[in-house]
Amino acid sequence: MATPRRSLWSPLVALALLGLAALLLSVTVGSAALSLSDVWAVARGEGSPLARTLILDLRVPRSLSAFAVGGLLAVAGALMQVLLRNPLADPYVLGLSGGASVGALAAMLAGLGGAVITGSAFAGAFLSTLLVFGLAHGTGSWTPSRLLLTGVVVAAGWGAVITLMLAISPAERLPGMLYWLMGDLSYSRTPWPPLALLLLICLLLLPLGRSLNVMARGPLQAAALGVRVRPLEWTIYLVASVLTATAVTTAGSIGFVGLVVPHMLRLVLGNDQRLILPACALAGGTLLVLADALARTLIAPEQLPVGVITALLGVPTFLYLLYRSR
Amino acid sequence: MSRLETRELVIDVPERRDGRALTLSVEPGQVWGVLGPNGAGKTTLLHTLAGLRAPRRGQVLIDGSPLAALGRRQVARTLGLVFQERHDGFPATVRETALIGRHPWLSAWQMEGGEDLRLAEAALERLDVAHLAERLVSTLSGGERQRLAVATVLTQAPQIWLADEPTNHLDLHHQSAVIALLAGEAAEGRAVMMCLHDLNLAARWCDHLLLLYPDGEACWGPARQMLVPAALERLYGQRLATAEIDGAPVFVPVR
Repeated sequence: MATPRRSLWSPLVALALLGLAALLLSVTVGSAALSLSDVWAVARGEGSPLARTLILDLRVPRSLSAFAVGGLLAVAGALMQVLLRNPLADPYVLGLSGGASVGALAAMLAGLGGAVITGSAFAGAFLSTLLVFGLAHGTGSWTPSRLLLTGVVVAAGWGAVITLMLAISPAERLPGMLYWLMGDLSYSRTPWPPLALLLLICLLLLPLGRSLNVMARGPLQAAALGVRVRPLEWTIYLVASVLTATAVTTAGSIGFVGLVVPHMLRLVLGNDQRLILPACALAGGTLLVLADALARTLIAPEQLPVGVITALLGVPTFLYLLYRSR
Repeated sequence: MSRLETRELVIDVPERRDGRALTLSVEPGQVWGVLGPNGAGKTTLLHTLAGLRAPRRGQVLIDGSPLAALGRRQVARTLGLVFQERHDGFPATVRETALIGRHPWLSAWQMEGGEDLRLAEAALERLDVAHLAERLVSTLSGGERQRLAVATVLTQAPQIWLADEPTNHLDLHHQSAVIALLAGEAAEGRAVMMCLHDLNLAARWCDHLLLLYPDGEACWGPARQMLVPAALERLYGQRLATAEIDGAPVFVPVR
C-alpha cells in the first residue's frame, strides 16, 4: 500500500501464471499420465478419443472446479480474518463449512436437488456465522480464544448433527452424502457456477478494498474514518457465507485453505486487501489444484479425498499461528 | 471552518444519573480542554461528539446540522479523532497507517495518489516520525505510536479535532510539541477539543475548559474562570498548591 500503483499488478500476474501452470500440470497427471504434447493435441481438437474424454470431460472440469473452490475458500477466509482482526479465522475452523454441510445434507435427505441444495447450504453457513459471531460477541468484547472456542464448539455440534443424519438416512443415499464430508472433487459436475461466482465476488469486493483495510484497524477507527461499519460487516458476513456455501456444495467441506493461503500471502505481499483478496482467489485456486493433483496421484489408481491433503498442510499452520499468538 | 455544538447533551455512561446536560459550542480557533478524574466520562464524551456512540439525550451538531443527519463519510471529512487506545490487528507500516487518514477523501475506486502520499509524509515529518515510515507499527514505542496517531488525523485534515489524551506516553518535549501543533491548528481556524490529565498543559494551552465530575455534574467556560483551585481540588479530590510561571498558573499536588 505504501506506493499503491507500483506493486498491484505484478504479483497478480505472477500468481495467475502459477495458476495456469498448476492447471496444466493437473491435467497431465493422474491414474493415466499424459504428456504435454497429448494435451496440446487435444487443445487443437486432435488426439485420441480416450485422451479427449480424459482431458475434456474429466480432468479439465475437475481441475477448474478445484481452482474455483480453492479461490472461494481462500477469499472467504481472508474476509473473515479482516472482519475479526484475527489470522486464525477460517470458514472450516469456525464451523461455517459444517453448517453448510448440514444444510446440503438436509436437502439431500429430503430428496431435493440442485439449487435447493445450494440454498440450504447457504442457510446453514449463514446460521453458523450468526451463531459464532453472535455468541462470541456476546456481552463485552470477544477475544481470539473465545471466538475460536465458540467456532470449534459450533463445528463439533454440526459434526454431531451430520452423524445423526448419516445414521438415519437410507443406505442407498449414503455414498452420495458421504462425499460432502470428505472434501472430494471427484463428484463436482460443472466448474462454471463457482468460477463465475469467484470472479463476480472479486469484482464486487474491489471497491470495498480500502474500507476493508480501514476495518482491519478495528471498527471504532473505521467509523471515525467514515466507514459505515454495520452495513460493511453484514456484507462481509453474507459474502463469506455465500462463498463457503458454494465451495461446500461443489466439493464438500475442505478445511484450512482459507487459513493457509491468506497467511502466506500476507507474509509476502503485506495486508492491502485490494491486493490480498484477488491474490487469495488465484493462490487459493492454485493450491487446491495442486492438492487435488496430489490426491489423485499419491496412491493411484486409488484417490485420496483432497481434504486430507489440505488438512496435512493446514493443521501445522494453524497450530503455529495459535502458538505465536500467545 | 467548522463549529461543533452540543444541545442538552447527556452522554451515556452506564449506571450514572444524567447530571448536567451540556450545551456548549466549540468555535473555530478555540482550544477546549476536558478535565476530569478517571471514569468521569471524558472518552465517552469525545466518542459521542464524534458520533461513535449514541448520546442518552440531546444532540451534537456540526455547523448547525445534527450529527445523525450527516453521513459517516461527511463527518469524517470534517471531524477527526485521536484515539486513546489503539489495537494492532495485522502488521502495518507507519506510512500505511498515516495514509489511512485519507480514506474519507477518496472514492471507492480511487487509489491513494501522489498528493495523498505527500500529505501523509508531511504529517509524519511534523510529528517527528518520518524516519520510522517503513517500520511496522507493532515495533514502535508507546510515544512513537501516539505521535503516529496524531499524524494520521493530521493526514485526515479535519476542521474539528477531538483528541483523547494526546500527550499520553510522550516525553516532555513531545508533549509540548503535540499540544503546540494542536494549538497551531486552532490558530489556523480549526476547532480543537482535547481530554487532558495534565492541569498545567491545560492551563497553558487551552482557552476554554470543560470540567467533568464523576457524578455527571459539569461546568465549562473560559479557562481563566475555570482554573479556580477550589473547583479543581473538588474535581480531583486532591489538594493543590498554585504558583504562576510565564503568566500561566501552575498546579502541583500537595500532601
